[in-house]
Amino acid sequence: MEQVIANGLYLGAQYALIALGLTLIFALMNVLNFAHGQMYVLGGFVTYSIYGQLKLPFVVALVCSGVTLAVVGALMEKFLFRPVIQRSKREESTMLLAAATAFFLDAIILLLFGEKQRGVPKIISGVFISDRVILPYDRIVVGVVAILMIAAFMLYMQYSKPGRAMRALAQDRIAAQLMGVKVERYSMIGFALGAMLAGVVGGLLVTITGVNSGIGGPISIKAFLMVMIGGAGVVAGAIAGGFILGMMESVGLTVLREYGDVTYLAIFALLMIFLSIRPNGLMGKPWG
Amino acid sequence: MGSEMINRRSTLKSLALGAVSILAIAVASTLPAQAENKELKIGFVGVTSGPAAAWGTSNVRSMQTRADWLNETGGVKIGEDTYKITIVTFDDQKDPKRAIAGMEKMAQEGIHFVVGPNVDDGAAAVRPVAESKGIIYFPYAFPKSLYVAPASNAILGMVANYQSGPAIYKYLKENKGVKKVAFIAANESDPISQRDSGVAAAKELGLEVVAETDTYQNDTRDFTPVLTPIVQLKPDLLVLSGVAPANAPLLIRAARELGYEGLISAETAQDATVLQEGAGELANGFISVGGASTPEIRTPLMEEFIERYTKKFGEYNDESNTKVYALEYIIETLKANPKAIDNVEEFKKTIDSFSAPNPYAKDSTLKYVGSTSFGQKRQLSVPMVVTEFENGTFKTLFVGEVD
Repeated sequence: MEQVIANGLYLGAQYALIALGLTLIFALMNVLNFAHGQMYVLGGFVTYSIYGQLKLPFVVALVCSGVTLAVVGALMEKFLFRPVIQRSKREESTMLLAAATAFFLDAIILLLFGEKQRGVPKIISGVFISDRVILPYDRIVVGVVAILMIAAFMLYMQYSKPGRAMRALAQDRIAAQLMGVKVERYSMIGFALGAMLAGVVGGLLVTITGVNSGIGGPISIKAFLMVMIGGAGVVAGAIAGGFILGMMESVGLTVLREYGDVTYLAIFALLMIFLSIRPNGLMGKPWG
Repeated sequence: MGSEMINRRSTLKSLALGAVSILAIAVASTLPAQAENKELKIGFVGVTSGPAAAWGTSNVRSMQTRADWLNETGGVKIGEDTYKITIVTFDDQKDPKRAIAGMEKMAQEGIHFVVGPNVDDGAAAVRPVAESKGIIYFPYAFPKSLYVAPASNAILGMVANYQSGPAIYKYLKENKGVKKVAFIAANESDPISQRDSGVAAAKELGLEVVAETDTYQNDTRDFTPVLTPIVQLKPDLLVLSGVAPANAPLLIRAARELGYEGLISAETAQDATVLQEGAGELANGFISVGGASTPEIRTPLMEEFIERYTKKFGEYNDESNTKVYALEYIIETLKANPKAIDNVEEFKKTIDSFSAPNPYAKDSTLKYVGSTSFGQKRQLSVPMVVTEFENGTFKTLFVGEVD
């Protein structure tokens, strides 16, 4: 059982970090970023190229993944989402745009990095073995880094000036504007930050799960699941959603294994029941 | 006045003659060129995007590499004519509906020979189109109903798991002392049907099957939770049924890191670079099946194919050791019976007696097989090379043949 809990916590930390960027962009701009998984994949490939191919230090690769995706995110906000939000009153316009960017990034990534699964050397070798738990050291490191990054992100959002401005934007866009918050500037910073988080987690996890050009869609779906559980647009909710999903997956795969692949069937069934009782998720607010 | 008329007339006559001569020369010069530049279109319908992109991409790239090579050396002589090979591709995105659309497109282009689809449901979906439009297709899918009469247009492009599995388990039972086997498969039709036939084969050999219902989502990125309960059962052999090349290194790595020390095998072709990058030395000892996978059985032509493929696409894919064969079979069969070029019934007639030297593997022959499994010859004879991965390369464990 201890192994199952350890697996769940580790998966949860990964998932929470994936969901953070998605929920941030939703909170700030009311945009469901379907391209979040593709951004994760791009981040993974940047780390693969720099750490795996050019043999530069892993930290350099991770920083490059973050910076690359931050730039991609800022450009997407400025040239794609901002004009659409200004010109269209229909919310589905941004959803369609996000879906289009997801397909576009999928095609570009396939073209640039090919169809093969890619992997990089382990950042740390060895396995922690006790009587009850077996956990490779690199998973422990990645889990701890993920938790540290989540903590740093929350502190940044809570105490920094941009963080406060973004929270104000998420709470009430018009009121924030009236109070002097530069909406366009902080929307762009928020989108870049969300994309950067996707890139960094993609770079971090490429050391364990590798990366291939086709996994963007499934990653996005999992991120949406976490956001639905925790509540759309709530940072703490995304973290809770990530850990809950990780734990459900780990427990389900052990307890339900003799019944075949019913773990995700059970998770989806529970999610439907849960959302019918709490449509806004654990921590979401009815007003957005 | 009269002489002016004559001059004008003779000038016009000269011009007309000149024009006719130029036209005649032009027509004459194009005629042999047209004869030399006849085009033979070969289709591909399969998956070249998404998580399973590697399967179809290795098909397409093998076909393109070989077609370019043949065209570069003057084309292919079939009967009296020489043909330039053109590869027409369609990405079905692993969606049976798109596979049907792809096959329709091939029919509209007048194509009679199509490589693919790569998966069971796509291969089953295109059958009515192929049969009604006169297309012979070469799926990489294992359902026997595609190849058993009355079906007759599908020809299996590789060794099926129900053919390689028993041979591998028998070898491992006799040579490595395997007694307990665990199976795991992705929760999709192909891997599950492969798992079920693997389980049946293992039981028939008297092996104890300790896990036979375990599955995973194909988009799983971390297999530790999936494998934890299986590793605790301590099997001697863990079979990754129908595993995609993208998932194989992740499964191997997770199993080894959980302390699994037994053997791991798969009956599908894998890529050495992907295994090395994804699992490194943890993949050493992994057993899989390839076409002309190991240097010791390759011919110089196969070496050149690999060289050309690598030059064209930057990196070779070991799955192409199997995928290289379909185009070769189509061309060689058409050479044996040129009437089959636009008549699939003629192609079918040739299948039974066709035989040609295998240009890619030593001591091997190109011929159609499948009589034992399907009751008719509806399978390409591809060397069944069972390999063991070691430090970035495949080593031959044993070579078998399908009847």
